[in-house]
Amino acid sequence: MTLRPARLFLYLILAVFCVYYLLPLYVMLVNSLKPLSEITSGGMMALPGDWTTAAWTNAWSQAQVGVEATGLKPYFMNSFLMVVPAVAIATLMGALNGYVLTKWSFKGATVLFGLILFGCFIPFQIVLIPMARALGFLGLAGTVPGLIFVHIIYGISFSTLYFRNYYAAFPTELVRAAEIDGAGFFTIFWRIMLPNSGPIAVVCVIWLFTNIWNDFLFGASFADYDSQPMTVALNNLVQSSTGVKEYNVHFAGAIMAALPTLLVYIVAGRFFVRGLMSGSVKG
Amino acid sequence: MARSAPSAAARMRELLPRIVLSPTIALIAIFVYGFIFFTTYLSFSDSRMLPSFGWVGFDNYVKLFQLRTWDIAITNLAIFGTLYIGICCVLGLSLAILLDQKIRAEGFIRTVYLYPMALSFIVTGVAWKWFLDPGIGLESVVQGWGWESFEFNWIKDRDMAIYTIVIAAVWQTSGFVMATFLAGLRGIDSEILHAAEVDGASKFALYRRIVIPQLRPAFLSAFVVLAHMAIKSYDLVVALTNGGPGTATEVPATFMYSYTFTRNQMGVGAASAEIMLLTIAAVIVPYLWSELREPKR
Amino acid sequence: MGFLDIDNVTKSYGAVKVLNETEISVEKGEFLVLVGPSGCGKSTLLNMIAGLESVTSGELRINGRRINEARPADRNIAMVFQSYALYPNMTVRGNISFGMEMHGIPKPEREKKIAAVAELLQITQLLDRKPGQLSGGQRQRVAMGRALTRDPDVFLFDEPLSNLDAKLRVDMRTEIKKLHAKLGTTIVYVTHDQIEALTLSTRIAVMFGGDVQQLGTPQEIYDNPANMFVAGFMGSPAMNLVPARLRNIGGVMSAEVTLATGTAITLPFPKASHLTQDDGREIILGIRPEALTDPEGASRDSQAIHQVDIPVDVIEPAGSDTFVTVSLGGKDAIGRFRAHTSARSGQPFPFAFDMEKAVAFDPVTEARLA
Repeated sequence: MTLRPARLFLYLILAVFCVYYLLPLYVMLVNSLKPLSEITSGGMMALPGDWTTAAWTNAWSQAQVGVEATGLKPYFMNSFLMVVPAVAIATLMGALNGYVLTKWSFKGATVLFGLILFGCFIPFQIVLIPMARALGFLGLAGTVPGLIFVHIIYGISFSTLYFRNYYAAFPTELVRAAEIDGAGFFTIFWRIMLPNSGPIAVVCVIWLFTNIWNDFLFGASFADYDSQPMTVALNNLVQSSTGVKEYNVHFAGAIMAALPTLLVYIVAGRFFVRGLMSGSVKG
Repeated sequence: MARSAPSAAARMRELLPRIVLSPTIALIAIFVYGFIFFTTYLSFSDSRMLPSFGWVGFDNYVKLFQLRTWDIAITNLAIFGTLYIGICCVLGLSLAILLDQKIRAEGFIRTVYLYPMALSFIVTGVAWKWFLDPGIGLESVVQGWGWESFEFNWIKDRDMAIYTIVIAAVWQTSGFVMATFLAGLRGIDSEILHAAEVDGASKFALYRRIVIPQLRPAFLSAFVVLAHMAIKSYDLVVALTNGGPGTATEVPATFMYSYTFTRNQMGVGAASAEIMLLTIAAVIVPYLWSELREPKR
Repeated sequence: MGFLDIDNVTKSYGAVKVLNETEISVEKGEFLVLVGPSGCGKSTLLNMIAGLESVTSGELRINGRRINEARPADRNIAMVFQSYALYPNMTVRGNISFGMEMHGIPKPEREKKIAAVAELLQITQLLDRKPGQLSGGQRQRVAMGRALTRDPDVFLFDEPLSNLDAKLRVDMRTEIKKLHAKLGTTIVYVTHDQIEALTLSTRIAVMFGGDVQQLGTPQEIYDNPANMFVAGFMGSPAMNLVPARLRNIGGVMSAEVTLATGTAITLPFPKASHLTQDDGREIILGIRPEALTDPEGASRDSQAIHQVDIPVDVIEPAGSDTFVTVSLGGKDAIGRFRAHTSARSGQPFPFAFDMEKAVAFDPVTEARLA
């Protein structure tokens, strides 16, 4: 053990950084619970004098986001309608791809994997123009299914990466044993691989959920007013230049937009970190 | 004995894995590589509001690099990228080392440091936008506490606004870098550390000479992730400053969007996207290459 | 034609040939062990029989039926893997039942089979556990149980004991042998452990460098190794391979070996009586440690015991035996003495050479001469 004062200093530094990281969350939270006048009069750091959830109800169901004063609620729903199928399909496809790439590998599989992987890293600006046209061509422009489609395509690269690395370490003898037992390609996948993929499936689902929920670029580019996801709606709410700036409503909306991913992080933080770490390709 | 021709069923079994993989290959081929090709073509075309296929050679690139806004955008990206990566690495490494000292409540502290990574950049942008706003945020709060001359109006200042983006981005991502380094630290063989201690190395020397050099892989993956986030960063700028004041915080990602979709200069927009892709590829391709190269038997 | 025919089979990966033309015919009920160092091609051959690797050329037949193209599941084989390959998400019961389920065997019949196999292997009380809750030996039993339910034509074992600790390995070895005696199934068993090969098999194929070096009963392999590789690989401690020279002294063949002191000793070598033309020829004399003993420990049946005093280099007591190292022909040679020997290092001691057990190899071709 080091000397006590040094130790104390260490804890002090760590505590200061806790404050640094928590401060914006604190600001959002306390200010979403006070009347606007308390904020504009310079009391941003203070606890609410007059506790009120008015800003929350306002942000949820009354605020003027698009053309109509619907609040953020419909956009929150859009985000869910978009995230759930996109995550489910991208994860399943990634699992199948990882299974093929590791257990039924063929010549050139590594090259194909490398080409798939590059999709994780492209700046999406490079696909915006053709994708806008492609969605129009497919009749999906400005719709939630259109966004689902886009997120599946660019989510597959990640899910494939996760499952491929996980399955690479998965004992091949199990697959061989199942083959000898008479199980075919899909039976092995459903009965042997998937039931043993719990941890990586959680990592993958969390990663995709967070990324797709938090996406802004695709939502802003390809959604219509009635299909916008939460992030785009929140930005519209905050940036709208008409009328008084209702900071408390903005903060309430921001917390709403953050809540699902934050909950996931708190419940399954361990897996969240593992997903982040898989930035190194070999895993 | 005559070699019997493999049955159709056997051939099907043989091909099944490739059939399963083929939808992904098709999607990636079209929507990644096909689209890259398409955008590349557009960057050499006379496209304005809609794609058009008249070949104009490098005109768009010439125009792009003559534009003052683009000049601002890449300068901003250089400033932002350097500071963002640099500060994240220094802060992340420092916090990781501090947290590696057998700290009580380490799990809690780690959770606190890392949670911003779960948030949308839009949320981060909104929080910091109003927190840094001189009218209601930090400046007004500190003045309210009695320090009347306190000034902090970077977000409204053309010269300083880009740094507010650095502040918010570092806040969001440094915890992740910390976690990367912490994992690296935990992966170091403790016997080596014991050996160094027996050799009489001070704590400082231990980290400088033994530990940090071994974190090379962690540095590499942190750098790759941060570099590519910096180049792609769009949401945060939109939410925090929306490119302003004026065009002071324009970055390539916002530039590309506005030239393509609002200023009807699709050719120039495509050219700027192309530059972004090439910049990222310059970082990623060598990285992927080295990671995926088959170990020689 | 045997029950399992490996007919001129080869395996290549691209330009690399890992298994040269191999010809083995296994009779029904035989226990064939493929033994050799890693990379010798034994696992490749086993995987080819299992259908997990394709056959480059040649033909595999079970019961006269060509199986080269058959799926693993259609070959009526069962396999026990080195890692046991138990499905971690299923209980022991599920593991054993899976293969039958895949083959469409109705549930009541499956249950009956599981009960019988569990009884046979004494794992009934483990049926509802997951593999993660089992010890190494228990997993081994489950893996065998899974294979047994198939009533396979051929049972394949891929180094099944190598993950067990030394004591358990010996126990399981005995058990596999008992099982074979009881069930009489044809077995092909891969191992790198020569003791496993000698104790379990009815026949051994010693493999090296993609070739079968020798195929024969354990006794043949041990007593008359076909070449120096087999001689060195089978048996522990390994056979002493001593540089020597053939001598024809009045029509009687001997082997002449130089000691560290420079003196040459002459050992009558009746087995080389067909080499009378080769007086003076250099050979490698192969003597197993148990044919190089203290005089009291020498075999009583042998007609060719020859006793020589040799200075002892090192003495290593090993409990039941004592190993004594001496220098023969410039090489260290190990003799197996009884536990309580009066030999002392540095001092000469009488050694008994059992020349009936000795063999001779050509130093260049490494093939056996006598």
